[in-house]
Amino acid sequence: MKQWIPILILAGILLSGPMPTSGRAASWPGVDETVIEKFAEKAGRPAWKPFIDTDQGDLILFVFLLAGAVGGFAAGYWFRVLFPPRRKDV
Amino acid sequence: MIFKGLAAAVSLCALPVPAFAMHISEGILPISWAFLWYAVALPFVAWGLRDLRRRSEETPWFKPLVSLVGAAVFLISCMPIPVPSTGTCSHPSGTGIAAILIGPGLTAVVTSIALTLQALFLAHGGITTLGANIVSMGVAGAWVGWGVFTAARRLGLPWFAAAFLAGMLSDWATYTTTSLELAAALHGDVSFTTMFSLILLAFVPTQLPLGILEGFLCAGALKFIRSRRPELLRTIPAGGAV
Repeated sequence: MKQWIPILILAGILLSGPMPTSGRAASWPGVDETVIEKFAEKAGRPAWKPFIDTDQGDLILFVFLLAGAVGGFAAGYWFRVLFPPRRKDV
Repeated sequence: MIFKGLAAAVSLCALPVPAFAMHISEGILPISWAFLWYAVALPFVAWGLRDLRRRSEETPWFKPLVSLVGAAVFLISCMPIPVPSTGTCSHPSGTGIAAILIGPGLTAVVTSIALTLQALFLAHGGITTLGANIVSMGVAGAWVGWGVFTAARRLGLPWFAAAFLAGMLSDWATYTTTSLELAAALHGDVSFTTMFSLILLAFVPTQLPLGILEGFLCAGALKFIRSRRPELLRTIPAGGAV
């Protein structure tokens, strides 16, 4: 039970506070959009399009999935190298 | 053997990677500032590369540890977390735990590779802003995380508390540095201090809870390593978790 305390605290932090329900569904933008790009546009320095623009339609989903798969494979492989299963887990 | 080679190749490409959240997008910084932040970042990355060579010769499992940390940072940074209190998303950077495990120099290296891949293929950050993003996440975040952990242990804090503080403060340091970089380049007629405060305050509602989350992630990861394979923590400098 003790090990669940940090997780419960964490969930409480993340789920606390008012949901943004002011007449529209939350769009969940990233802070790079809501903060960085907002201030940059006000200062007259709008962001350029990326040199390789994968942020088009579902292409961005594909590259993120690929990145997650590759990163997950690598993490899993090295995790097993560094933390081999205990004898009782096998 | 083929499997092992493939995994090694994959991790070499994808590992040295950590995150985006504080990414300054392509073209936002004037070119003079872009060059300046590149110049600031480069010595830290070079020092980290030298550190990798030296420590790999001393410790056989050090490269696998760096690979695992790099992959973890990459994955953490690819995982936007919704913050219901603000209706926005952001993510932990993972540089706090990375700096504790592999040191701040190597954290700059894995961060720079991650940020480069994200700028090139994931439409996050940018090549012109890469130096600034490395400085905020791979330098400021890493050094603050490492420094806080080391200082907290020397002050006698329990390792869990030290790791929590390191994770939380490294996250906040990253966003503070991003605010500084943006304010320095974009303040125009407004004073630097005013601009810096405005940007920092805009980050607070999202990053305050996520910094706390990062603190728990950092402490949890260290708790796991400490229980499963404490010898991995032997390379941590004085005041380490073991």
